[in-house]
Amino acid sequence: MALNQFCLVCGGTGCESRHSDAVYKNLKSAAEELGVGNQVQVVKTGCFGFCEKGPIVKILPDESFYVGVKPEDAHQIMAEHLVKGLPVEHLLHKTHGHHSGWGEYASQLYQKQVRIVLRNCGIIDPEDVQEYISRDGYAGLEKALFEMSPTEVIAEVKASGLRGRGGAGFPTGLKWENTRKTVSDQRYVICNADEGDPGAYMDRSTLEGDPHSVLEAMTIAGYAMGASQGFIYIRAEYPLAIHRLEVAMQQSREMGLLGKDILGSGFDFAIEIRLGAGAFVCGEETALMQSIEGNRGMPQPKPPYPSESGLWGKPTAINNVETLANIPVILLKGSAWFASIGTPTSKGTKVFALTGKINNSGLVEVPMGTTLREIVYDIGGGIRGGKAFKAVQSGGPSGGVLPAQFLDTPIDYESLTKVGSMMGSGGLIVLDEDDCIVDVVKFYLDFSVEESCGKCAPCRIGGRKLLNLLTKITKGKGTRADIETMRQIGFAMQRASLCMLGGTTPNPILSTLKYFENEYLEHIDHQHCPAGKCKDLITYSVLASKCIGCTVCARKCPVNCISGERKSAHFIDPAKCIKCGACYEACKFEAILVS
Amino acid sequence: MTLQDLRGLREALKAALARRFSGDHTIEITLGMGTCGIAAGAKETLEAFVNELKTSAVHNVVIKPTGCMGFCHSEPTALVKMEGMPDTIYGNVDAKTARRIVQNHILEKKLVDGHVFDRPSRDILKET
Repeated sequence: MALNQFCLVCGGTGCESRHSDAVYKNLKSAAEELGVGNQVQVVKTGCFGFCEKGPIVKILPDESFYVGVKPEDAHQIMAEHLVKGLPVEHLLHKTHGHHSGWGEYASQLYQKQVRIVLRNCGIIDPEDVQEYISRDGYAGLEKALFEMSPTEVIAEVKASGLRGRGGAGFPTGLKWENTRKTVSDQRYVICNADEGDPGAYMDRSTLEGDPHSVLEAMTIAGYAMGASQGFIYIRAEYPLAIHRLEVAMQQSREMGLLGKDILGSGFDFAIEIRLGAGAFVCGEETALMQSIEGNRGMPQPKPPYPSESGLWGKPTAINNVETLANIPVILLKGSAWFASIGTPTSKGTKVFALTGKINNSGLVEVPMGTTLREIVYDIGGGIRGGKAFKAVQSGGPSGGVLPAQFLDTPIDYESLTKVGSMMGSGGLIVLDEDDCIVDVVKFYLDFSVEESCGKCAPCRIGGRKLLNLLTKITKGKGTRADIETMRQIGFAMQRASLCMLGGTTPNPILSTLKYFENEYLEHIDHQHCPAGKCKDLITYSVLASKCIGCTVCARKCPVNCISGERKSAHFIDPAKCIKCGACYEACKFEAILVS
Repeated sequence: MTLQDLRGLREALKAALARRFSGDHTIEITLGMGTCGIAAGAKETLEAFVNELKTSAVHNVVIKPTGCMGFCHSEPTALVKMEGMPDTIYGNVDAKTARRIVQNHILEKKLVDGHVFDRPSRDILKET
């Protein structure tokens, strides 16, 4: 007899630590014992993203979902559910008084992700317009062109509560309305795909996975605002995204979904791609427009805002990739549906690139208002190697850190700003106990200083000063007065910089001084880096009592500074050691001491 | 193309898709081929699928490249859809695992242990 039922046991780290391995083995032996080994297959899976209720067992095809399964429950699940077809009620995942045993809706109760922007990513072939169309593609455009007036489209976007996903969170409908209101013979729609935060790849993935959604949205935006020309500003480092956009544009032109007289409606809209050379500042809208015009990418003072005088002096609406990808669904499913997701001030979902010291790094999309704990522990599967959570860095070089006390804060634009970080474009980098806050902040400052365009003094000089002070602290030469100086420079930069790049450069410092000032003081007062990351403050040595003389460290050392006979304790020459940590990583006996 | 053409095409495509998994026994392998997947070796995986299907003389399989599925920690990823088996997302699909998917999943109708992942979310487009 063929296999007809599958028993999936979560093998994620969270569940494994609660003996999912024993559950797996017991289920297998129970299947054999009950004589159903040839009908039921027991398999181990990757993390289900419901770690708080683990270990998880899911039965297919009926999609029953068991939580908190102990090894001794395995026999009952096999005997009752898989042999007799009777669910084991007390282990089924329950919520709102229902048992969620059967059918599709079981998954709705535990899956924390809601994919609106990423609705087609990983599902359709991005280079085949027919696949997009089969999943209601261009239905939003259809509705806009044939059933709605431009002002109705704007009203719908306004009512949805959609805000800019590039970071600042400006209401998209209002931006469109302002652009439409400005009297002009030409208006422009720009898609900002100049994603540059370290650790962020939401926009790249969206464009690579679903380019048509952005094209459709730009066309809808053009119709709503009375613009006939759109530009996609994308960095040249994204060759695959550019290729897929080009293929998509070609296909939609051929099908009459882009270009002259779209679908016979009389509306014309053209899109061109403009490649950026990878300057971070060109993600700032005024610098971006300068770059499109062929000038050096430097920010311009605001006002006038782009909605009044933008590209070539014409009213222009600049929207981020992720913002745009929401638009077709808002038109298709209505603003009320969209507004029902999220928090009172932040509607819809947010895509995060979850990286760092996390078990399941990934591209995740969650409703606004999801807590950091749900993202880090349920979706991300917790911290790698069972280490302690230290903080989450959000918003990239413009953001800040969120320490453990904010794990239960619902994430939206306001809550993140309130605690001194910001939504940013959506990079979430998880830090654990081994990460040095000062070192991490120095990395971001280094980035911002490198990317400063140099036009305004606060950013050009302030950033450099801050970086110098941080470097001084990581070398153990800082003073307590330096902290005050950094605060003062930071506040000045926030107020006086021309654009948000300079205005947000001090954010990583200011937010960490708020929550981790002690770590700075430890570096200053005791020349000690608690995480053992700042090279000038640490030394590597061999613990003679633990070293068995296996010679692995000596072989790994790139500068050959470790000496010692086989089977006797080794020695690190501090004068030659470059503190790369290779010996520490290589040693299986914890015999390398970092102090 | 006019509005009527687009609507007609969409309905026809939806009907064709529904037929695919009930009538004509087509098997579909969707392979995550964003920059991330390709960097993790999705091109080798694709090649392994094609070769293994050829040597095993399985001809009713469509291999479809797609964008990022979001499982950065377990790239490359592949989704296998076929009659008689639950839709299954596989992670860490290197060339060897691709061959096992063809042998175990497609030919023997058994899941490949240790590589199964749950789908990341429900499909909002299928909800009313």
